[in-house]
Amino acid sequence: MPTLNMLVLVCLLYVVLLFLVAFAADRAALRGRGKWLRSPIVYTLSLSIYCTAWTFYGAVGFAARSGLEFVTIYLGPTLVMIGWWWVLRKMVRVGQAQRITSIADLISSRYGKSNTLAVFVTLLAVVGTTPYIALQLQSVTLSFAAFAETGPDTAQAMSRQATAFWLALGLALFTILFGTRNLDANERHHGVVMAIALEAVVKLFALLAVGVFVVWGLAGGVSETLARIDASEIAEWNVSGSRWIGLTALSAAAFLCLPRMFQVMVVENENEDHLRTAAWAFPAYLMLMSLFVVPIAAVGLDLLPKSTNPDLFVLSLPLAEGREGLAILSFLGGFSSATSMVIVAAIALSTMVSNHIVMPIWLNMTGGNAVISGDVRQVALLARRLSIAGIVFLGYLYFQISGGGTALAKIGLVSFAGVAQFLPAMIGGLFWRGATRTGALAGLLIGSVVWLYSLFLPSFGASMVLSEDIMQNGLLGLSWLRPQALFGAEGMDPLVHAVMWSMLLNTSGFILFSLLSFPKPIERLQGAQFVNVYDHSPTTGGWTGGLAQTEDLLIMAQRIMGGSQAQSFFARAAERQGIGGYLPEPSPDFLQALERELSGSVGGAAAHAMVGQIVGGASVSVEDLMAVADETAQIMEYSNRLEAKSTELTRTARQLREANEKLTQLSRQKDAFLSQVSHELRTPMTSIRAFSEILRDSDALKPAESSKYASVIHDEAIRLTRLLDDLLDLSVLESGQVSLNVQTGTLGDLLDRAAASAAGGSGDLEIRRKRGDEDIVLSTDLDRLAQVFINLIANARKYCDANKPSLTISTRVAGDTLLVDFIDNGTGIPTDKQGVIFEKFSRIGDTKAGGAGLGLAICREIMARLGGQVTYLPGQGGAAFRVILPLQERLAAQ
Amino acid sequence: MSTEPGPVFVERRTYRRRRLVDAARLLPVLGVALICLPLLWISDTGTTTSTTYAMIYFFGLWVALVVVTGLLAKYLKEGTDLRAEDDNGSSSGPPGEA
Amino acid sequence: MGRQVLLIEDEPNIIEAIRFILSRDGWDVKTHSNGVDAVDAVRARMPDVIILDVMLPGKSGFDILTEIRGDAALAQMPVLMLTARGQTKDREMAERAGASHYMTKPFSNAEILETVRQLVVT
Repeated sequence: MPTLNMLVLVCLLYVVLLFLVAFAADRAALRGRGKWLRSPIVYTLSLSIYCTAWTFYGAVGFAARSGLEFVTIYLGPTLVMIGWWWVLRKMVRVGQAQRITSIADLISSRYGKSNTLAVFVTLLAVVGTTPYIALQLQSVTLSFAAFAETGPDTAQAMSRQATAFWLALGLALFTILFGTRNLDANERHHGVVMAIALEAVVKLFALLAVGVFVVWGLAGGVSETLARIDASEIAEWNVSGSRWIGLTALSAAAFLCLPRMFQVMVVENENEDHLRTAAWAFPAYLMLMSLFVVPIAAVGLDLLPKSTNPDLFVLSLPLAEGREGLAILSFLGGFSSATSMVIVAAIALSTMVSNHIVMPIWLNMTGGNAVISGDVRQVALLARRLSIAGIVFLGYLYFQISGGGTALAKIGLVSFAGVAQFLPAMIGGLFWRGATRTGALAGLLIGSVVWLYSLFLPSFGASMVLSEDIMQNGLLGLSWLRPQALFGAEGMDPLVHAVMWSMLLNTSGFILFSLLSFPKPIERLQGAQFVNVYDHSPTTGGWTGGLAQTEDLLIMAQRIMGGSQAQSFFARAAERQGIGGYLPEPSPDFLQALERELSGSVGGAAAHAMVGQIVGGASVSVEDLMAVADETAQIMEYSNRLEAKSTELTRTARQLREANEKLTQLSRQKDAFLSQVSHELRTPMTSIRAFSEILRDSDALKPAESSKYASVIHDEAIRLTRLLDDLLDLSVLESGQVSLNVQTGTLGDLLDRAAASAAGGSGDLEIRRKRGDEDIVLSTDLDRLAQVFINLIANARKYCDANKPSLTISTRVAGDTLLVDFIDNGTGIPTDKQGVIFEKFSRIGDTKAGGAGLGLAICREIMARLGGQVTYLPGQGGAAFRVILPLQERLAAQ
Repeated sequence: MSTEPGPVFVERRTYRRRRLVDAARLLPVLGVALICLPLLWISDTGTTTSTTYAMIYFFGLWVALVVVTGLLAKYLKEGTDLRAEDDNGSSSGPPGEA
Repeated sequence: MGRQVLLIEDEPNIIEAIRFILSRDGWDVKTHSNGVDAVDAVRARMPDVIILDVMLPGKSGFDILTEIRGDAALAQMPVLMLTARGQTKDREMAERAGASHYMTKPFSNAEILETVRQLVVT
């Protein structure tokens, strides 16, 4: 027989394994790695915390006592899962969309973020779950005891207390460690979920192992097992119809409403798509868990002494047959079931307690200093940890007080009935727009009172809380107020009776009060959002940030979400609004998004309150707006559409303005160009007119004067013509209508031609060339290229101010590009003018005869058409121009 | 929320999908009915049913439900956008989905 | 009645033409070819009439005119503005700046003579 110490050792090793798995999973999640964390299998396995130690051990006991009735506990959830399309899908969707952190959050959020509801739900959940935690502790201690072989005498009782205590302590520690590492905005605890998944595998494996052992090892095969079942006390299929339906319905309701189930199903859900897998995989899991229960029960009844607790058949059978390994495995399975339940329940409940009870109180106490005093994050974490410890301790306390008798076993179903009271408010809230807060409160109150009176309090045992008198004769002697025969419903199974009445009155109260009461505007908004969650209805209303100080919000957000996370959230919001920096406009959308982000850390109601503190009670103005409107959701949608239209209009107006500006600019440019041209044309005209008038009107002119004036007229006329030619040329080039005449020739020949043309006229310019480099074949519009060369050479002649002006023309080939440099030995062009010289009509220095200032502009256009460019080369001492021409045929002809 | 009725004739794929969704909705109802069926076997008159018989029935039913749900889930995945349908069957997703 | 004219213009041919016309009529024509120190030249020479071109290197004719009008000693000096731009708004600008008279290029020789004679009288 394995000693207790060995058992403890195995436990500890197992716990260490869990720690490691949780740690590794948390690390992987932090790093962003770990696709396997998000697999639907992990999700499905995490749902297995529904199967607690009560079902691991208790199912067999249940079966031993009442046959197949135990199956109802599993059939309910199965129906809920295969009907995922109805309810679960919506729950998960709403949970994601609204960032719901717990079932209290869901209900309170739906009914206008009512903190009253949240507190009520939290309290009810705690009251309902505490005994269940105690049940787990009891199961584990009983299983320890089974190994110790001796019955429950005082010595054993002592160590049982100790076991329970150490177990409670260890669980609290594990949960605090992995459940409150930091405040994840989504309330996801990857480490814990992974550990839970592992425990799910362990407990399934353990149960299957025992089952296989019993069927093939002990009974000797399937048919023999069936024969044994037929021969045992549970041979007959005989269940009470009302209990059958009642229990199935109850387990289905509990599956949806249990805080721990909500936590793993909705809050920890990473991807809605996982539901699809879980829809069939989880019922399969449940089926496997229950497959061998009846065989084990029957064989146990057959083989084991009558005094054995049937709850522990899974342990006692292997132990009786000397299979210690199997027994330890089985023990681990039970241990897993118990611990996983307590961990998740503690997390779920502590989230609710911290978010809906502690944080609001703390906020109230600190008044308006949420922004300044203390670090909210730290307080929230501390509240969480203390709550976890508190809840586990409460469970332990309950376990102590109740003495751990068989009375505890019934508590499981009592607990189910308690959390089932959430069902009308939750389901109604998800599917019925007309559900109101008043209705939910009424329903919950009525239901929980009935539950307390008819089920919870009597469960403590006769005359513990409710006196025998009340039990028999009803409250105040009124027989229709008998706890177990309310309103004259006699002879019913107490559980079914209580469930029936509590749910009936709960639902009726909920519906009645919802129909009679008028919801507040925010309830109606939330209602629309929840019920129509598939419609992507844009979040409307909530806040107007008229008084909001974004900076204050940022300070507060940093305290809650942490500096970098808050800043990046704000920065992203600002970017979306088209503003730089960290402070977006406090628009209603932004405020609502912020509120939702914060609710991940401190809960919906607290986030609402905190944003409200800073925004200055702007929710009043929302209500004012709503009060005027009739069908609020429709009006909001309408105004949204209008807003969208007006944004589009502003955008169009802006685009038009931009286009107008561009056009104005263009017309201004055109005007400038025109007046420039006008000036350039009028100037030579002036000389021509003046001198021709002089010639006409004066008769006493010396011949020298006459010929001089005549030549001036002549020159100016030529200048005018040249100007007009240049203008035309430039215009043709710019409009791209030029047709290029591609010819082949050598660079050397071209330069010869250009130098000859440009050399005519005054000034002798020495031109230096290296003919050897110029032996390059060109295939382009040679005339145009020559025009460019002529222009550059002429410019050098005109403007080079050296004593002995000389121009160096150097040629180079780089890759497939030709570079021709024209460098003179003058003083060059000053830096500030270098950008301007290629513009039309720009002339450096005084106007020298001849130049209209278009030459370089024309060169630039020509080179552009030829696929190259002409640029000024600074730093060469004199004026230096570089002509770049690609040698391949890449002409920009039209 | 779109309240106009969709087109009367839709393409085959959409029709199939709608029927799959209907199946997914009806399945739990069927499940409830089948689960409660054995209650009818309990009669006050002599004939009793054995637990083993009921056991085989239930586990067979269970396996069948799991398999059907799995198949439905698989087929619903193909071309699925879970958001395209809400509980009333009226499509409120992108217009083409009607 | 003084006969000194200051011609502020940068185009050599135009300078030649105007100088010929005016000096034939007995005027003493002084020229200045850039805008930067044109006002100094005005102060230095104190002519009886100024012929001012708008497009000058360095400073625009309008700026020079405004400066002249701003100087108490020169405010009353008659100024004839010459420009190659002929639009109405240029005329208005010139009048606003304080030009005594305004002519566009190309001009008639007779007209220039007539205007200068009249400007000195008034």
